[in-house]
Amino acid sequence: MEILAEGSGELVGWHDPDEHREWVRQNKSRNLLDKRMSIAEAVAKYVFDGAFIAFGGFGHIRVSMAAVYEIIRQRKKHLILAGKTAVHDADILIGSGCVDRIEVAYAFGHELRGLSPASRRAVETGQCKVVAELSNAAYQWRFLAAMMGVPFIPTRNMLGTDTFKYSSAKVAKDPFSGKPICLLPACYPDVVFIHVPRCDMYGNAQIDGTIIEDFELARAARRLILTTEEIVPESEIRSKPWRTVIPFFLVDAVVEVPYGAHPCQMPLRYFFDEEHIGEWLQLSRSPEGTKEYFDKYVYGTKDFNEYLELVGGLRKLQYLKQVEELRAPMRAPWLKKKEE
Amino acid sequence: MQGDYTPTELLAVVASRLLEDGKSAFVGTGLPMIAGMLAQRTHAPNLLIIFEAGGIGPRVPVLPISVGESRTFYQAVAASSMHDVMSISQSGYIDYGFLGAAMIDMYGNINTTVIGDHDHPTARLPGSGGANDVGSFSWRTIIMMRQEKRRFLKKVDFITTPGYLTGPGARERAGLPAGTGPYRVITQLGLYGFDEATQRLMLLAVHPGVTIEQIQENSEFEILIPDRVETTEPPTAEERRILREIDPTGIAIGK
Repeated sequence: MEILAEGSGELVGWHDPDEHREWVRQNKSRNLLDKRMSIAEAVAKYVFDGAFIAFGGFGHIRVSMAAVYEIIRQRKKHLILAGKTAVHDADILIGSGCVDRIEVAYAFGHELRGLSPASRRAVETGQCKVVAELSNAAYQWRFLAAMMGVPFIPTRNMLGTDTFKYSSAKVAKDPFSGKPICLLPACYPDVVFIHVPRCDMYGNAQIDGTIIEDFELARAARRLILTTEEIVPESEIRSKPWRTVIPFFLVDAVVEVPYGAHPCQMPLRYFFDEEHIGEWLQLSRSPEGTKEYFDKYVYGTKDFNEYLELVGGLRKLQYLKQVEELRAPMRAPWLKKKEE
Repeated sequence: MQGDYTPTELLAVVASRLLEDGKSAFVGTGLPMIAGMLAQRTHAPNLLIIFEAGGIGPRVPVLPISVGESRTFYQAVAASSMHDVMSISQSGYIDYGFLGAAMIDMYGNINTTVIGDHDHPTARLPGSGGANDVGSFSWRTIIMMRQEKRRFLKKVDFITTPGYLTGPGARERAGLPAGTGPYRVITQLGLYGFDEATQRLMLLAVHPGVTIEQIQENSEFEILIPDRVETTEPPTAEERRILREIDPTGIAIGK
């Protein structure tokens, strides 16, 4: 195949497919095992300094925030993050200094809420390096190639742009149509965290609402840690097997963390905590404020439950449930600012 | 008469009027979403709205604040996945794609990645997100943005999303799907298309009270001005009423 152009971005997460197959053979158990553990244990066991990590969900939706806070609490270093539309997770992981390299489809912004002061400051001062660019579809298709066990996947996006020039992709002449085609390299993150509404103790998991790219990401992951709103009996999974998005053999750890996506949204369960996100956006405008946030909410709490108490406890969580169910209006500090 | 509508209301209304009934639109949050919802409640009840996280054909109850949140698949025909919606985009099912932009050039190439040098940025912006995909795959891309001289540039610092690249034939030479590309640009000053022969940005209509001089003054590159330029019809009372209904708290429309 004739190569027409090559992106200059760093190739992260790629493995030779045979090497990956062998790794799977040696490291991923096909045995039905009880994988329950605490988030502190899971992070300590699987997240090594320098690891390439990715989170399921999308933007502020269904992100394993319990894992994000624990990574910061354990002061992991030199992590590389998949910015696969990583918003709040990316902002605080970069702001905390745990992540110093990122491959970016979308980061440094909070959609309608505005841009991310902490992570932008880190990139603009050189403290965090953007190793490559790509698009949202390109990232999830990198995971698709990985899950298929092929070295790359041909696509028709990225072509002709600087997004391609700064990516790790290549352009080749398609042997069938004769037209230029983008080749996206497979991407196997070292550790992936996905937050789900329910799974059993083996890791058989269901997802409510859009799956986003978690089907592909779960299968591309080397180590996969599920955080879940609740652990349900195996019989509940087996009574509706067509609802299983992630089967157990992909999963390395199962952690029960109710409200584990806070302050992000858990579809059909609880809404974004805009007041908390707003507090972070306000504090993170300065390095001092950023430190204040982490001292209060992460280093100052021993675990996720203490954090939940601190952000408003049951009363706050019940309110977020009401907003999600369209029974209460959203309160958002950034909305007030727009009105001024 | 300028009326008492806001510039944001005007943008939403102009965008909504471009959308046809029975077609599909790939939308982001904010103004594109509002334009789509307004079109559905006026002339295009069967506009198929698609979100990149997998929401397909929802009956949106309140304005979503994120393209992945649960309102984007409320009473939808499907809550699927990004692989699904990006694949149907790549295979030709998306008629209209919406994009916002920080900066644009005369061929409709868009920058949302970085201001200054990529590795030593003056300002870091979010990056492509789904924009490169929408701009590559949609039959017709509609761009909504603020027009200023520092945003309508001879050369953008970074081409995040492809417009017509370097002009006629360039998209196809790069391997992008044939027959796709930017269709309209909507700013607070006017509505633009692209000249068929040169694929350069061309004025189609000025908004009420805006002069051709203002159009040109607010661009670093020369905008093609045809002999006949329309004036945008201001938002009707009915359109404005529906906009308030869609966004009662002013998340995207403002107060």
